[in-house]
Amino acid sequence: MAEPLLSVEGVSRRFGGLLAVGGVSMAVREGSITALIGPNGAGKTTMFALISGFLKPSDGIVRFGGADVTGEPAHRLARRGIARTFQIVQPFAGLTVRENIRVGAHLRHPERSAAFAAAEAVAREVGLEGLLDAPADSLTVAGRKRLELAKALATEPKLLLLDEVLAGLNPSEIRDIIPVIRSLRDRGITILMIEHVMQAVMSLAERVYVLAEGRLIAEGTPEGVAADAAVIEAYLGHGAAKRLARSP
Amino acid sequence: MKSFAPIALVIAVLTAVPLLVHSNVVLNFLVVALMIALAGQGWNILGGYGGQYSFGHAIFFGTGAYVTAILQVQYGINAWLAFGAGIVAGAAVGVVVGWLAFRAGLRGSYFALVTLAFAEVLRILASVAPITGAGVGTLVKLDLRFAALQFESRALFYWLILALVAVALVVTYAVERSRFGAWLTAVRENEDAARALGVDAVAVKLGAMVISGAITAAAGCFYVQYFLFVDSHIAYGAWISVEALLTPIIGGAGTIFGPLVGALVVKALGEGALLVTGQAPGLDLVVFGIVLIAVVGLSPRGIVGLRQQLGARFGSRRGAGEASRG
Repeated sequence: MAEPLLSVEGVSRRFGGLLAVGGVSMAVREGSITALIGPNGAGKTTMFALISGFLKPSDGIVRFGGADVTGEPAHRLARRGIARTFQIVQPFAGLTVRENIRVGAHLRHPERSAAFAAAEAVAREVGLEGLLDAPADSLTVAGRKRLELAKALATEPKLLLLDEVLAGLNPSEIRDIIPVIRSLRDRGITILMIEHVMQAVMSLAERVYVLAEGRLIAEGTPEGVAADAAVIEAYLGHGAAKRLARSP
Repeated sequence: MKSFAPIALVIAVLTAVPLLVHSNVVLNFLVVALMIALAGQGWNILGGYGGQYSFGHAIFFGTGAYVTAILQVQYGINAWLAFGAGIVAGAAVGVVVGWLAFRAGLRGSYFALVTLAFAEVLRILASVAPITGAGVGTLVKLDLRFAALQFESRALFYWLILALVAVALVVTYAVERSRFGAWLTAVRENEDAARALGVDAVAVKLGAMVISGAITAAAGCFYVQYFLFVDSHIAYGAWISVEALLTPIIGGAGTIFGPLVGALVVKALGEGALLVTGQAPGLDLVVFGIVLIAVVGLSPRGIVGLRQQLGARFGSRRGAGEASRG
Protein backbone atom coordinates (compact mmCIF):
# COMPACT_ATOMS: atom_id res chain seq x y z
CA MET A 1 0.00 0.00 0.00
CA ALA A 2 1.27 3.47 -0.92
CA GLU A 3 2.34 5.79 1.83
CA PRO A 4 -0.51 8.02 3.03
CA LEU A 5 -0.35 11.75 2.18
CA LEU A 6 -0.86 12.62 5.83
CA SER A 7 -0.07 10.45 8.76
CA VAL A 8 -0.39 11.29 12.40
CA GLU A 9 1.44 9.01 14.79
CA GLY A 10 0.65 8.98 18.51
CA VAL A 11 0.01 12.71 18.68
CA SER A 12 -0.90 14.27 22.04
CA ARG A 13 -1.54 17.80 23.14
CA ARG A 14 -1.83 18.99 26.71
CA PHE A 15 -3.09 22.35 27.94
CA GLY A 16 -1.70 22.48 31.45
CA GLY A 17 -3.28 19.51 33.19
CA LEU A 18 -5.88 18.91 30.49
CA LEU A 19 -5.18 16.30 27.85
CA ALA A 20 -7.03 17.67 24.81
CA VAL A 21 -5.76 15.00 22.43
CA GLY A 22 -4.10 11.80 23.62
CA GLY A 23 -2.06 9.42 21.48
CA VAL A 24 -4.09 9.79 18.28
CA SER A 25 -2.89 8.04 15.14
CA MET A 26 -4.56 8.39 11.79
CA ALA A 27 -3.71 8.17 8.10
CA VAL A 28 -5.23 10.02 5.17
CA ARG A 29 -4.80 8.33 1.80
CA GLU A 30 -3.94 10.56 -1.13
CA GLY A 31 -7.02 11.39 -3.22
CA SER A 32 -9.50 10.37 -0.54
CA ILE A 33 -12.11 12.14 1.51
CA THR A 34 -11.63 11.26 5.15
CA ALA A 35 -13.89 12.44 7.95
CA LEU A 36 -13.10 13.17 11.57
CA ILE A 37 -16.18 13.05 13.77
CA GLY A 38 -16.97 13.01 17.45
CA PRO A 39 -19.12 14.70 20.08
CA ASN A 40 -18.52 18.33 21.07
CA GLY A 41 -15.26 18.82 22.94
CA ALA A 42 -13.75 15.62 21.59
CA GLY A 43 -10.62 17.42 20.37
CA LYS A 44 -11.36 17.52 16.64
CA THR A 45 -10.49 21.17 16.12
CA THR A 46 -7.40 20.75 18.32
CA MET A 47 -6.41 17.90 16.01
CA PHE A 48 -6.75 20.27 13.02
CA ALA A 49 -4.68 22.91 14.75
CA LEU A 50 -1.95 20.32 15.37
CA ILE A 51 -1.94 19.16 11.75
CA SER A 52 -1.99 22.69 10.29
CA GLY A 53 0.71 24.11 12.55
CA PHE A 54 -1.38 26.42 14.72
CA LEU A 55 -0.49 24.31 17.75
CA LYS A 56 2.61 22.23 18.42
CA PRO A 57 2.05 18.64 19.57
CA SER A 58 3.25 17.83 23.08
CA ASP A 59 4.08 14.38 21.76
CA GLY A 60 4.00 12.36 18.56
CA ILE A 61 4.83 12.86 14.90
CA VAL A 62 2.97 14.45 11.97
CA ARG A 63 4.12 13.38 8.50
CA PHE A 64 3.03 15.05 5.31
CA GLY A 65 4.06 13.75 1.89
CA GLY A 66 6.67 11.56 3.55
CA ALA A 67 8.39 14.41 5.43
CA ASP A 68 8.32 14.90 9.18
CA VAL A 69 6.55 18.24 9.62
CA THR A 70 5.91 18.05 13.36
CA GLY A 71 5.81 21.50 14.92
CA GLU A 72 6.36 23.45 11.70
CA PRO A 73 4.59 26.84 11.73
CA ALA A 74 1.31 27.29 9.85
CA HIS A 75 2.64 29.43 7.01
CA ARG A 76 5.33 26.90 6.13
CA LEU A 77 2.83 24.04 6.12
CA ALA A 78 0.60 26.09 3.83
CA ARG A 79 3.57 26.36 1.47
CA ARG A 80 3.96 22.57 1.60
CA GLY A 81 0.33 22.23 0.56
CA ILE A 82 -1.83 22.00 3.69
CA ALA A 83 -4.74 24.44 3.71
CA ARG A 84 -7.39 24.73 6.38
CA THR A 85 -10.70 26.45 6.90
CA PHE A 86 -11.83 27.70 10.28
CA GLN A 87 -14.92 26.47 12.08
CA ILE A 88 -15.69 30.07 13.00
CA VAL A 89 -15.20 31.70 9.61
CA GLN A 90 -12.32 34.17 9.44
CA PRO A 91 -12.85 36.52 6.50
CA PHE A 92 -10.69 39.60 5.98
CA ALA A 93 -13.74 41.67 6.82
CA GLY A 94 -12.61 45.00 5.39
CA LEU A 95 -11.75 43.54 1.98
CA THR A 96 -13.88 42.45 -0.96
CA VAL A 97 -14.43 38.81 -1.85
CA ARG A 98 -11.94 39.16 -4.71
CA GLU A 99 -9.27 40.63 -2.42
CA ASN A 100 -9.90 37.95 0.19
CA ILE A 101 -9.31 35.12 -2.25
CA ARG A 102 -6.35 36.98 -3.78
CA VAL A 103 -4.48 36.74 -0.46
CA GLY A 104 -4.52 32.96 -0.74
CA ALA A 105 -3.73 33.01 -4.45
CA HIS A 106 -0.57 35.03 -3.83
CA LEU A 107 1.04 32.00 -2.22
CA ARG A 108 1.63 30.43 -5.64
CA HIS A 109 1.26 33.58 -7.80
CA PRO A 110 3.55 36.46 -6.77
CA GLU A 111 2.27 38.62 -9.63
CA ARG A 112 -0.74 40.80 -8.89
CA SER A 113 -2.62 40.11 -12.13
CA ALA A 114 -1.95 36.37 -11.97
CA ALA A 115 -3.18 36.28 -8.37
CA PHE A 116 -6.40 38.09 -9.29
CA ALA A 117 -6.94 35.76 -12.26
CA ALA A 118 -6.41 32.72 -10.04
CA ALA A 119 -8.77 34.19 -7.43
CA GLU A 120 -11.51 34.63 -10.03
CA ALA A 121 -11.10 31.05 -11.21
CA VAL A 122 -11.47 29.79 -7.63
CA ALA A 123 -14.52 32.00 -7.10
CA ARG A 124 -16.21 30.37 -10.12
CA GLU A 125 -15.40 26.92 -8.77
CA VAL A 126 -17.14 27.56 -5.44
CA GLY A 127 -19.96 29.66 -6.88
CA LEU A 128 -18.94 33.11 -5.69
CA GLU A 129 -18.34 34.62 -9.13
CA GLY A 130 -21.33 36.95 -8.81
CA LEU A 131 -20.11 38.41 -5.52
CA LEU A 132 -16.47 39.19 -6.36
CA ASP A 133 -16.78 42.89 -5.59
CA ALA A 134 -18.96 42.52 -2.51
CA PRO A 135 -17.36 43.36 0.85
CA ALA A 136 -16.67 40.14 2.74
CA ASP A 137 -18.66 41.34 5.76
CA SER A 138 -21.81 41.71 3.63
CA LEU A 139 -22.00 37.98 2.83
CA THR A 140 -24.60 35.59 4.24
CA VAL A 141 -23.51 32.63 6.38
CA ALA A 142 -23.52 30.38 3.32
CA GLY A 143 -21.52 32.95 1.39
CA ARG A 144 -18.96 33.22 4.16
CA LYS A 145 -18.56 29.45 4.26
CA ARG A 146 -17.92 29.44 0.52
CA LEU A 147 -15.44 32.29 0.91
CA GLU A 148 -13.64 30.36 3.64
CA LEU A 149 -13.38 27.43 1.25
CA ALA A 150 -12.29 29.67 -1.64
CA LYS A 151 -9.46 31.29 0.34
CA ALA A 152 -8.07 27.89 1.29
CA LEU A 153 -8.45 26.56 -2.27
CA ALA A 154 -6.63 29.56 -3.69
CA THR A 155 -3.43 28.35 -2.01
CA GLU A 156 -3.64 25.33 -4.35
CA PRO A 157 -3.36 22.76 -1.57
CA LYS A 158 -2.65 19.06 -1.78
CA LEU A 159 -4.51 18.48 1.48
CA LEU A 160 -7.56 20.49 2.44
CA LEU A 161 -8.72 20.50 6.06
CA LEU A 162 -12.39 21.46 6.26
CA ASP A 163 -13.60 22.36 9.74
CA GLU A 164 -17.40 22.12 9.70
CA VAL A 165 -17.97 23.94 6.43
CA LEU A 166 -21.58 22.72 6.46
CA ALA A 167 -22.47 23.84 9.98
CA GLY A 168 -25.10 26.56 10.05
CA LEU A 169 -26.29 25.90 6.50
CA ASN A 170 -29.84 24.92 5.65
CA PRO A 171 -30.54 21.60 3.87
CA SER A 172 -30.71 23.13 0.41
CA GLU A 173 -27.43 24.99 0.92
CA ILE A 174 -25.85 21.72 2.08
CA ARG A 175 -27.17 19.99 -1.03
CA ASP A 176 -25.53 22.73 -3.13
CA ILE A 177 -22.10 22.49 -1.55
CA ILE A 178 -21.66 18.71 -1.32
CA PRO A 179 -21.01 18.37 -5.09
CA VAL A 180 -18.44 21.15 -4.83
CA ILE A 181 -16.51 19.18 -2.22
CA ARG A 182 -16.76 16.01 -4.27
CA SER A 183 -15.48 17.78 -7.40
CA LEU A 184 -12.45 19.01 -5.46
CA ARG A 185 -11.60 15.44 -4.56
CA ASP A 186 -12.14 14.41 -8.19
CA ARG A 187 -9.53 16.89 -9.36
CA GLY A 188 -6.96 15.46 -6.98
CA ILE A 189 -7.25 17.36 -3.70
CA THR A 190 -7.17 15.13 -0.66
CA ILE A 191 -9.74 16.17 1.93
CA LEU A 192 -9.90 15.69 5.66
CA MET A 193 -13.15 17.04 7.09
CA ILE A 194 -14.59 17.61 10.52
CA GLU A 195 -18.32 17.35 10.15
CA HIS A 196 -21.43 17.00 12.27
CA VAL A 197 -23.80 16.71 9.34
CA MET A 198 -23.95 12.91 9.12
CA GLN A 199 -25.75 12.93 5.79
CA ALA A 200 -22.62 14.55 4.32
CA VAL A 201 -20.21 12.22 6.10
CA MET A 202 -22.08 9.14 4.91
CA SER A 203 -22.23 10.32 1.31
CA LEU A 204 -18.73 11.78 0.98
CA ALA A 205 -16.23 10.02 3.23
CA GLU A 206 -14.51 6.80 2.38
CA ARG A 207 -12.95 6.50 5.82
CA VAL A 208 -14.05 7.89 9.18
CA TYR A 209 -12.13 8.45 12.41
CA VAL A 210 -14.07 8.99 15.62
CA LEU A 211 -12.67 11.01 18.51
CA ALA A 212 -14.17 11.18 21.99
CA GLU A 213 -12.60 12.94 24.94
CA GLY A 214 -9.34 13.32 23.06
CA ARG A 215 -8.94 9.66 22.17
CA LEU A 216 -9.56 7.75 18.99
CA ILE A 217 -12.40 5.33 19.73
CA ALA A 218 -13.17 3.96 16.28
CA GLU A 219 -12.15 4.03 12.64
CA GLY A 220 -13.45 2.47 9.47
CA THR A 221 -16.03 2.89 6.74
CA PRO A 222 -18.93 5.26 7.45
CA GLU A 223 -21.36 2.33 7.76
CA GLY A 224 -19.03 0.39 10.04
CA VAL A 225 -18.45 3.34 12.33
CA ALA A 226 -22.14 4.17 12.55
CA ALA A 227 -22.84 0.68 13.84
CA ASP A 228 -19.93 0.66 16.28
CA ALA A 229 -21.04 0.25 19.89
CA ALA A 230 -18.32 2.55 21.27
CA VAL A 231 -19.36 5.32 18.88
CA ILE A 232 -23.03 5.05 19.77
CA GLU A 233 -22.14 5.23 23.45
CA ALA A 234 -19.93 8.26 22.93
CA TYR A 235 -22.79 10.14 21.33
CA LEU A 236 -25.76 8.83 23.30
CA GLY A 237 -24.32 7.89 26.67
CA HIS A 238 -23.22 4.79 28.55
CA GLY A 239 -25.35 1.73 27.85
CA ALA A 240 -27.05 3.27 24.82
CA ALA A 241 -25.73 0.66 22.42
CA LYS A 242 -27.23 -2.17 24.47
CA ARG A 243 -30.56 -0.41 24.82
CA LEU A 244 -30.70 0.23 21.10
CA ALA A 245 -29.88 -3.40 20.35
CA ARG A 246 -32.68 -4.58 22.67
CA SER A 247 -35.37 -2.33 21.22
CA PRO A 248 -37.10 -3.82 18.17
CA MET B 1 -6.11 53.01 -5.84
CA LYS B 2 -6.38 51.93 -9.45
CA SER B 3 -3.87 54.14 -11.23
CA PHE B 4 -0.78 56.21 -10.76
CA ALA B 5 -2.27 59.35 -12.32
CA PRO B 6 -3.59 61.02 -9.11
CA ILE B 7 -0.14 60.83 -7.53
CA ALA B 8 1.50 62.44 -10.56
CA LEU B 9 -1.16 65.16 -10.59
CA VAL B 10 -0.83 65.99 -6.89
CA ILE B 11 2.96 66.14 -7.12
CA ALA B 12 2.80 68.34 -10.22
CA VAL B 13 0.44 70.79 -8.53
CA LEU B 14 2.51 70.94 -5.35
CA THR B 15 5.73 71.38 -7.34
CA ALA B 16 4.30 74.54 -8.91
CA VAL B 17 3.43 76.19 -5.57
CA PRO B 18 6.76 78.05 -4.96
CA LEU B 19 6.58 79.45 -8.50
CA LEU B 20 3.29 81.14 -7.65
CA VAL B 21 3.65 81.83 -3.93
CA HIS B 22 6.69 83.74 -2.71
CA SER B 23 5.65 84.34 0.88
CA ASN B 24 8.22 82.81 3.25
CA VAL B 25 5.53 82.31 5.88
CA VAL B 26 3.42 80.19 3.53
CA LEU B 27 6.40 78.21 2.28
CA ASN B 28 7.63 77.61 5.82
CA PHE B 29 4.18 76.37 6.77
CA LEU B 30 4.12 74.00 3.79
CA VAL B 31 7.63 72.69 4.45
CA VAL B 32 6.73 71.80 8.03
CA ALA B 33 3.39 70.30 6.97
CA LEU B 34 5.12 68.15 4.33
CA MET B 35 7.72 67.04 6.89
CA ILE B 36 4.92 65.90 9.21
CA ALA B 37 3.21 64.27 6.23
CA LEU B 38 6.40 62.31 5.54
CA ALA B 39 6.61 61.13 9.15
CA GLY B 40 2.94 60.14 8.88
CA GLN B 41 3.53 58.30 5.62
CA GLY B 42 6.03 56.13 7.44
CA TRP B 43 3.52 55.45 10.21
CA ASN B 44 0.83 54.70 7.62
CA ILE B 45 2.73 51.73 6.13
CA LEU B 46 2.93 49.96 9.48
CA GLY B 47 -0.20 51.32 11.17
CA GLY B 48 -2.53 52.04 8.27
CA TYR B 49 -1.79 49.05 6.05
CA GLY B 50 -0.41 46.66 8.67
CA GLY B 51 -2.72 47.55 11.57
CA GLN B 52 0.23 47.75 13.98
CA TYR B 53 -0.42 51.00 15.84
CA SER B 54 2.84 52.52 16.96
CA PHE B 55 2.70 55.21 19.65
CA GLY B 56 6.42 55.77 19.38
CA HIS B 57 7.40 56.68 15.86
CA ALA B 58 9.72 59.24 17.43
CA ILE B 59 12.05 56.23 17.59
CA PHE B 60 12.64 56.60 13.87
CA PHE B 61 12.31 60.37 13.53
CA GLY B 62 14.82 60.91 16.31
CA THR B 63 17.25 58.28 15.04
CA GLY B 64 17.23 59.84 11.57
CA ALA B 65 17.73 63.31 13.05
CA TYR B 66 20.56 62.36 15.41
CA VAL B 67 22.44 60.23 12.87
CA THR B 68 22.31 63.05 10.30
CA ALA B 69 23.46 65.63 12.84
CA ILE B 70 26.11 63.60 14.64
CA LEU B 71 27.78 62.25 11.50
CA GLN B 72 28.21 65.80 10.21
CA VAL B 73 29.17 67.51 13.45
CA GLN B 74 31.29 64.86 15.17
CA TYR B 75 32.70 62.99 12.16
CA GLY B 76 32.72 65.64 9.46
CA ILE B 77 30.84 63.44 7.03
CA ASN B 78 29.15 65.01 4.01
CA ALA B 79 25.57 66.07 4.71
CA TRP B 80 24.08 64.10 1.81
CA LEU B 81 25.79 60.92 3.01
CA ALA B 82 24.74 61.65 6.57
CA PHE B 83 21.16 62.10 5.36
CA GLY B 84 21.27 58.71 3.62
CA ALA B 85 22.85 57.11 6.68
CA GLY B 86 20.04 58.52 8.82
CA ILE B 87 17.45 56.77 6.63
CA VAL B 88 19.38 53.48 6.77
CA ALA B 89 19.67 53.83 10.55
CA GLY B 90 15.87 54.26 10.76
CA ALA B 91 15.41 51.02 8.83
CA ALA B 92 17.94 49.25 11.06
CA VAL B 93 16.22 50.41 14.24
CA GLY B 94 13.00 49.12 12.66
CA VAL B 95 14.56 45.67 12.37
CA VAL B 96 15.65 45.67 16.03
CA VAL B 97 12.42 47.01 17.56
CA GLY B 98 10.25 44.96 15.18
CA TRP B 99 12.18 41.77 15.81
CA LEU B 100 11.90 42.18 19.58
CA ALA B 101 8.22 43.14 19.54
CA PHE B 102 6.88 40.77 16.87
CA ARG B 103 8.96 37.75 17.90
CA ALA B 104 7.47 38.19 21.37
CA GLY B 105 4.04 38.12 19.71
CA LEU B 106 3.02 41.58 20.92
CA ARG B 107 -0.17 42.81 19.28
CA GLY B 108 -2.54 45.73 19.60
CA SER B 109 -2.14 47.89 22.67
CA TYR B 110 0.86 45.87 23.88
CA PHE B 111 2.74 46.70 20.70
CA ALA B 112 1.70 50.36 21.04
CA LEU B 113 2.98 50.54 24.60
CA VAL B 114 6.30 48.90 23.75
CA THR B 115 6.97 51.42 20.97
CA LEU B 116 6.08 54.23 23.37
CA ALA B 117 8.52 52.78 25.92
CA PHE B 118 11.31 52.48 23.33
CA ALA B 119 10.86 56.13 22.37
CA GLU B 120 11.01 57.21 26.01
CA VAL B 121 14.12 55.14 26.71
CA LEU B 122 15.84 56.65 23.68
CA ARG B 123 14.78 60.15 24.73
CA ILE B 124 16.29 59.68 28.18
CA LEU B 125 19.48 58.14 26.77
CA ALA B 126 19.82 61.00 24.27
CA SER B 127 19.37 63.56 27.04
CA VAL B 128 22.40 62.23 28.95
CA ALA B 129 24.75 60.70 26.35
CA PRO B 130 27.76 62.90 25.47
CA ILE B 131 27.61 62.03 21.75
CA THR B 132 24.14 63.59 21.33
CA GLY B 133 25.20 66.75 23.11
CA ALA B 134 23.16 65.59 26.12
CA GLY B 135 20.86 68.32 27.47
CA VAL B 136 22.37 71.01 25.25
CA GLY B 137 21.59 69.30 21.96
CA THR B 138 23.52 69.29 18.70
CA LEU B 139 23.90 72.31 16.50
CA VAL B 140 24.74 71.88 12.82
CA LYS B 141 26.98 74.64 11.49
CA LEU B 142 25.32 77.05 9.06
CA ASP B 143 26.83 76.37 5.64
CA LEU B 144 24.53 77.45 2.85
CA ARG B 145 25.95 75.33 0.06
CA PHE B 146 24.31 72.66 -2.05
CA ALA B 147 27.10 70.24 -1.04
CA ALA B 148 26.19 70.77 2.61
CA LEU B 149 22.49 70.16 1.86
CA GLN B 150 21.54 73.64 3.04
CA PHE B 151 19.73 76.15 0.87
CA GLU B 152 19.28 79.86 1.14
CA SER B 153 16.00 79.66 -0.68
CA ARG B 154 12.98 78.20 1.09
CA ALA B 155 11.75 76.95 -2.26
CA LEU B 156 14.67 74.52 -2.59
CA PHE B 157 13.94 73.07 0.87
CA TYR B 158 10.32 72.86 -0.18
CA TRP B 159 11.20 70.90 -3.31
CA LEU B 160 13.49 68.60 -1.31
CA ILE B 161 10.81 67.65 1.19
CA LEU B 162 8.26 67.39 -1.63
CA ALA B 163 10.57 64.99 -3.46
CA LEU B 164 10.81 62.85 -0.32
CA VAL B 165 7.03 62.89 0.09
CA ALA B 166 6.69 61.94 -3.60
CA VAL B 167 9.03 58.96 -3.13
CA ALA B 168 7.02 57.89 -0.10
CA LEU B 169 3.77 58.18 -2.12
CA VAL B 170 5.24 55.98 -4.84
CA VAL B 171 6.52 53.47 -2.27
CA THR B 172 3.06 53.37 -0.68
CA TYR B 173 1.46 52.88 -4.09
CA ALA B 174 3.88 50.04 -4.87
CA VAL B 175 3.23 48.42 -1.49
CA GLU B 176 -0.53 48.69 -1.94
CA ARG B 177 -0.43 46.83 -5.26
CA SER B 178 2.18 44.21 -4.37
CA ARG B 179 1.90 40.76 -2.86
CA PHE B 180 3.64 42.14 0.21
CA GLY B 181 0.87 44.74 0.54
CA ALA B 182 -1.87 42.15 0.14
CA TRP B 183 -0.27 40.04 2.86
CA LEU B 184 0.23 43.07 5.09
CA THR B 185 -3.44 44.05 4.77
CA ALA B 186 -4.43 40.44 5.43
CA VAL B 187 -2.39 40.46 8.65
CA ARG B 188 -4.16 43.68 9.67
CA GLU B 189 -7.59 42.20 9.02
CA ASN B 190 -7.02 38.78 10.57
CA GLU B 191 -3.61 37.48 11.47
CA ASP B 192 -4.59 33.83 12.04
CA ALA B 193 -6.47 33.63 8.76
CA ALA B 194 -3.46 35.11 7.00
CA ARG B 195 -1.10 32.54 8.52
CA ALA B 196 -3.40 29.74 7.37
CA LEU B 197 -2.95 31.04 3.81
CA GLY B 198 0.82 30.82 3.98
CA VAL B 199 1.59 34.33 5.18
CA ASP B 200 4.63 34.57 7.44
CA ALA B 201 3.07 37.20 9.69
CA VAL B 202 6.25 38.03 11.62
CA ALA B 203 8.28 38.54 8.44
CA VAL B 204 5.57 40.69 6.85
CA LYS B 205 5.22 42.92 9.90
CA LEU B 206 8.97 43.20 10.18
CA GLY B 207 9.20 44.27 6.54
CA ALA B 208 6.55 46.92 7.14
CA MET B 209 8.44 48.14 10.21
CA VAL B 210 11.63 48.55 8.15
CA ILE B 211 9.94 50.55 5.37
CA SER B 212 8.01 52.55 7.95
CA GLY B 213 11.17 53.28 9.96
CA ALA B 214 13.12 54.40 6.91
CA ILE B 215 10.41 56.85 5.77
CA THR B 216 9.82 58.41 9.18
CA ALA B 217 13.59 58.64 9.73
CA ALA B 218 13.85 60.64 6.50
CA ALA B 219 11.54 63.23 8.08
CA GLY B 220 13.95 63.45 11.02
CA CYS B 221 16.95 63.82 8.70
CA PHE B 222 15.16 66.64 6.93
CA TYR B 223 14.32 68.33 10.23
CA VAL B 224 18.01 68.63 11.08
CA GLN B 225 18.97 70.11 7.69
CA TYR B 226 16.10 72.60 7.89
CA PHE B 227 16.39 73.77 11.50
CA LEU B 228 20.09 72.90 12.00
CA PHE B 229 19.42 71.88 15.58
CA VAL B 230 18.23 68.81 17.44
CA ASP B 231 17.90 67.85 21.09
CA SER B 232 16.31 64.93 22.88
CA HIS B 233 12.87 66.55 23.22
CA ILE B 234 12.67 67.32 19.52
CA ALA B 235 14.14 64.02 18.35
CA TYR B 236 12.47 61.49 20.61
CA GLY B 237 9.70 63.65 22.10
CA ALA B 238 6.07 62.61 22.21
CA TRP B 239 5.09 65.48 19.87
CA ILE B 240 6.36 63.72 16.77
CA SER B 241 4.98 60.32 17.79
CA VAL B 242 1.58 61.99 18.16
CA GLU B 243 1.74 63.91 14.89
CA ALA B 244 3.02 60.88 12.97
CA LEU B 245 -0.03 58.88 14.01
CA LEU B 246 -2.64 61.67 14.07
CA THR B 247 -2.09 62.85 10.52
CA PRO B 248 -2.68 59.48 8.82
CA ILE B 249 -5.62 58.65 11.11
CA ILE B 250 -7.28 62.00 10.44
CA GLY B 251 -6.43 61.93 6.75
CA GLY B 252 -7.27 58.27 6.26
CA ALA B 253 -5.16 55.38 7.59
CA GLY B 254 -4.36 52.76 4.99
CA THR B 255 -4.90 55.14 2.08
CA ILE B 256 -2.16 56.57 -0.13
CA PHE B 257 -3.03 60.24 0.36
CA GLY B 258 -4.22 59.98 3.98
CA PRO B 259 -1.08 61.30 5.69
CA LEU B 260 -0.62 64.15 3.20
CA VAL B 261 -4.24 65.31 3.46
CA GLY B 262 -4.19 64.86 7.24
CA ALA B 263 -0.98 66.85 7.69
CA LEU B 264 -2.19 69.77 5.58
CA VAL B 265 -5.57 69.91 7.33
CA VAL B 266 -4.25 69.48 10.85
CA LYS B 267 -1.40 71.94 10.40
CA ALA B 268 -3.68 74.51 8.77
CA LEU B 269 -6.21 74.25 11.59
CA GLY B 270 -3.47 74.39 14.23
CA GLU B 271 -1.86 77.48 12.70
CA GLY B 272 -5.26 79.07 12.18
CA ALA B 273 -6.17 78.59 15.83
CA LEU B 274 -2.88 80.12 16.96
CA LEU B 275 -3.42 83.13 14.70
CA VAL B 276 -6.97 83.77 15.83
CA THR B 277 -6.24 83.51 19.56
CA GLY B 278 -2.87 85.20 19.47
CA GLN B 279 -0.60 82.22 20.13
CA ALA B 280 -2.45 80.73 23.11
CA PRO B 281 -0.08 77.92 24.14
CA GLY B 282 -1.30 74.36 23.55
CA LEU B 283 -4.30 75.46 21.55
CA ASP B 284 -3.10 73.65 18.45
CA LEU B 285 -3.17 70.43 20.50
CA VAL B 286 -6.77 71.15 21.48
CA VAL B 287 -7.59 71.55 17.80
CA PHE B 288 -5.88 68.22 17.00
CA GLY B 289 -8.02 66.58 19.65
CA ILE B 290 -11.27 68.04 18.37
CA VAL B 291 -10.47 67.13 14.75
CA LEU B 292 -9.52 63.60 15.80
CA ILE B 293 -12.79 63.10 17.69
CA ALA B 294 -14.80 64.53 14.80
CA VAL B 295 -13.08 62.34 12.23
CA VAL B 296 -13.27 59.14 14.26
CA GLY B 297 -16.92 59.85 15.00
CA LEU B 298 -18.02 60.81 11.50
CA SER B 299 -15.70 58.87 9.24
CA PRO B 300 -13.52 56.15 10.74
CA ARG B 301 -11.58 55.98 7.49
CA GLY B 302 -10.49 59.58 7.74
CA ILE B 303 -10.97 62.50 5.38
CA VAL B 304 -10.06 60.41 2.33
CA GLY B 305 -12.55 57.79 3.48
CA LEU B 306 -15.21 60.46 3.98
CA ARG B 307 -14.97 61.34 0.31
CA GLN B 308 -15.52 57.70 -0.67
CA GLN B 309 -18.35 57.44 1.83
CA LEU B 310 -20.10 60.50 0.43
CA GLY B 311 -19.56 59.25 -3.11
CA ALA B 312 -21.26 55.98 -2.19
CA ARG B 313 -24.12 57.84 -0.52
CA PHE B 314 -24.90 60.16 -3.39
CA GLY B 315 -24.22 57.46 -5.93
CA SER B 316 -26.85 55.15 -4.47
CA ARG B 317 -30.55 55.69 -5.02
CA ARG B 318 -32.16 57.96 -2.50
CA GLY B 319 -34.09 56.12 0.18
CA ALA B 320 -32.75 52.78 -0.95
CA GLY B 321 -32.20 51.97 2.70
CA GLU B 322 -28.44 52.06 2.61
CA ALA B 323 -26.91 51.85 6.02
CA SER B 324 -24.84 54.67 7.42
CA ARG B 325 -21.38 53.49 8.36
CA GLY B 326 -20.69 56.45 10.62
